Amino acid sequence: MRIGIPKEIFSGERRVATTPEVAEQLHKLGFTIAVEAGAGESANFSDDAYREAGAEIIQDTKSIWSASDIILKVRAPVTNSDLGVDETQLLHEGQTLISFIWPAQNKNLMDRLAAKKVNVLAMDSVPRISRAQKLDALSSMANIAGYRAVIEAAQHFGRFFTGQITAAGKIPPAKVMIIGAGVAGLSAIGTAKSLGAIVRAFDTRPEVKEQVESMNAEFLELDFKEEGSGVGGYAKVMSKEFIKAEMELFARQAMEVDIIITTALIPGKPAPELITESMVKTMQYGSVIVDMAAEQGGNCALTEAGKVVVKEGVTIIGYTDLPSRLPTQSSQLYATNIRHLLADMTPEKNGEITIDMEDEVIRGTTVIKAGEITWPPPAPKLSAAPPAKTVAEEKPRAIKEKKKPLLSPAASAVLTVLIGGLCFYGIGISAPSTFMQHFTVFVLACFVGYMVIWNVTPALHTPLMSVTNAISSIIVIGALIQVSTSNTLLAGIAAFGILITSINIFGGFAVTQRMLQMFRR
Amino acid sequence: MPVGLVTVSYIGSIILFILALGGLSNPETSRRGNAYGITGMTIAVLATVFGPQVDVYVIIIICMLIGGTIGFILALKVQMTQMPELVAILHSLVGMAAVLVGYVNFMDPHAAAQFSGAEKTIHDIEIYIGVLIGAVTFTGSVIAFGKLSGKIGGAPMLLPARHWLNLGLLIAAIWYGIQFVNASDIDSGMLPLMIMTGIAFAFGIHMVMAIGGADMPVVISMLNSYSGWAAAATGFMLSNDLLIVVGALVGSSGAILSYIMCRAMNRNFIAVIAGGFGTESAGTAGLTSDQGEVIAVDTEEVANLLLDAKEIMIIPGYGMAVAQAQHTVYEITKTLRDKGINVRFGIHPVAGRMPGHMNVLLAEAHVPYDIVFEMDEVNEDFPDVDVSVIIGANDIVNPSAQDDPNSPIAGMPVLECWKGKTTIVLKRSMATGYAGIQNPLFFKENTRMYFGDAKESLDAVLKIISA
Repeated sequence: MRIGIPKEIFSGERRVATTPEVAEQLHKLGFTIAVEAGAGESANFSDDAYREAGAEIIQDTKSIWSASDIILKVRAPVTNSDLGVDETQLLHEGQTLISFIWPAQNKNLMDRLAAKKVNVLAMDSVPRISRAQKLDALSSMANIAGYRAVIEAAQHFGRFFTGQITAAGKIPPAKVMIIGAGVAGLSAIGTAKSLGAIVRAFDTRPEVKEQVESMNAEFLELDFKEEGSGVGGYAKVMSKEFIKAEMELFARQAMEVDIIITTALIPGKPAPELITESMVKTMQYGSVIVDMAAEQGGNCALTEAGKVVVKEGVTIIGYTDLPSRLPTQSSQLYATNIRHLLADMTPEKNGEITIDMEDEVIRGTTVIKAGEITWPPPAPKLSAAPPAKTVAEEKPRAIKEKKKPLLSPAASAVLTVLIGGLCFYGIGISAPSTFMQHFTVFVLACFVGYMVIWNVTPALHTPLMSVTNAISSIIVIGALIQVSTSNTLLAGIAAFGILITSINIFGGFAVTQRMLQMFRR
Repeated sequence: MPVGLVTVSYIGSIILFILALGGLSNPETSRRGNAYGITGMTIAVLATVFGPQVDVYVIIIICMLIGGTIGFILALKVQMTQMPELVAILHSLVGMAAVLVGYVNFMDPHAAAQFSGAEKTIHDIEIYIGVLIGAVTFTGSVIAFGKLSGKIGGAPMLLPARHWLNLGLLIAAIWYGIQFVNASDIDSGMLPLMIMTGIAFAFGIHMVMAIGGADMPVVISMLNSYSGWAAAATGFMLSNDLLIVVGALVGSSGAILSYIMCRAMNRNFIAVIAGGFGTESAGTAGLTSDQGEVIAVDTEEVANLLLDAKEIMIIPGYGMAVAQAQHTVYEITKTLRDKGINVRFGIHPVAGRMPGHMNVLLAEAHVPYDIVFEMDEVNEDFPDVDVSVIIGANDIVNPSAQDDPNSPIAGMPVLECWKGKTTIVLKRSMATGYAGIQNPLFFKENTRMYFGDAKESLDAVLKIISA
């Protein structure tokens, strides 16, 4: 099948849906690839690079749309002002479009796409299950956005992030508060931390505490218990009391920190207002707020979407295109996500995709199938299923109890000593003195062996076995003595004994030597 | 050579043998230790040959030359992966020799004439026990050799009422022992001795046949121990302290090894010997079968994971030995270490088919021993490990040993690789390990499965990371 990659026309969009590297891998899956001229330019991928990767470069926008079976895009279709036509109008029946769609927000667009009788896979609708992680474009983009948010903050912040003691005096480290420790939040924590800042993070979901602390950041906690996890690992709306406690915490932190990065979003709802105008006023002059929720209304009251504004001496950054501000990186990750999706859809690697509605991942991602709107998908099965464990835990106790030893440890120790003592008594009372001498030697040798062997390093257990094997063929001495007997039959048996023990002596020592030679530092 | 001189020579070789075993406490001193062992053996043999009891030299020289040549050839040709087989077959020779020496001693009229009364009884018992242990060691080792080299299937062979069968054989052996001691002369004692030898052969076969592949480390060390006890019993029979001491050293060495192996598997020694691992608990294994999906990765991703890591832990298992992948593993290790990545090896005590098997394989591939660590040394480090690579191992990295009290391997100490950031598992397929239980590690979110033959897969990875 032929894949077409048109140039993104949304204003300010610098990403592209495939990179030369990914184009080459798609080629291996059996697809032919056509790229519109200049599509990768703002993400720093030249037309030549695509050509080298085996893609065809097409000048005419319309022919890209008309001659491809699959269209890969970043942004949802919009009106092309140059051609004066909406991108949806360029689609034709039977085509497959893979792109960000946001079906919940774009009802109108969905209807227009359905009317065109195309298949649409929305990269924003990938189900949140373990198996689908490799095609989770939202996480990829959130990761980039979190990184970029810190970089933007650093650009507008007048000081170092890291603390230093220089000849000219001491520089305190910057204090960064990050609200919302999702993918973007964690990425921001990592970036701010690696620049040397003191990082604090807040989230309504208590289970992320561990993740935050694993990145050496401080997790801010409320003296208030309420579970904030919603379906699919996202946050949900919290109670009034909780929000009050939360706002008090933010107000206290606002006076102290230099940089606030907010990432708080609740699916399908406007972003919660967390940083009020009065909090901004209490912040120090020159502080920076990056509002990553600007597109959904913003977490800060003073945010203006898409702009950088300075209010009360605080720079408030409301960019809505953070991933697009790191175009090479985000194109690469997005393209890889799409490649994983296409790889899942072409199990035969023959360049023919099948939309398998039985596959949970494909089912969730497909929002329109042959003109029929299939969004929203049925609720996903939970990826982790903690119950059922209780059943398993009941059983072992019954088994354990049955296995209880017959005797307590103390009783069995006493018994061992008793039996041992009796044995020794029996031997002592009946055995002749010559035997006792040998027996003494034997028991002492066992203890010497015990002491020596515990000191052997486990790494040398194999050489230990081969060397003890060689040594145990000391039994040859018996055969050596016996071979001098006058009886031919007995001498013959003894000679055979010498022969086989010699195999053992020479073989055992030689192989031990060979092994020990290999143990080198 | 006078008797006194022979005795001091024996004392000298005893000391040298103890030093030989003591030298194995450290790889640095171990080579010197082996030299001590060789010297001790040479002194002992020379002292005996030139002692008062020996006057035939030609036969001895011829036999030792033939045997020595065979031994050398075996030692030089053996592959390091075949070490367990070699050790097993060598054990069988010690057992066979003990049987032969016992028979000759019994049949030699001069030897028997020295004893009377209680001494005669004890001497008869010594012969009997020496032959018994020797015979069990012989057939047991031969079967172990067969199982290890794949000539006999690795699965435990379970006869019905096998415990009763063993008990019956034991009682028969004791009964014929009494017959043997009571026998008035050599001819009438011969029959009980031969019947007992047959029983002991059968017992050795049955015992090892009933033990599964994963319990082989225990069996090997147990047979090691038996060969020592056989030598000690022969020493009692011949009134020779050198044999007694060496036999006791070897016997306790093997016994300790068996104990260490059993502890590493959280298994009762008696239970291992009784055989039939996993048969009682097979019913529970199905409970945890539906655990979700594994995440498979390709060569390139594996290479990238390795290159991006700072701390790597490689956990080899028997699969690495089967695939002969140790050299490639080392090449990868070297390449990564040259790039400043800290690559270490974590070895479980029962990885492989005999104690210390993995260490020998890695040493063969020139992996420096100071980056090879024991389980207890590294288990606490896993939270700092970026990537753990499991090569052909399964049960020794199974978290259900800790989490699932219902599991057949519950309580067995395992390498806690899942506490690291990422785990890559190299496996041929999703088949279970020797314990026959599913491994929840494969379904963990931070585990990546890399299917294929270990050697081929690793060669491909090496190509990418060294490019």
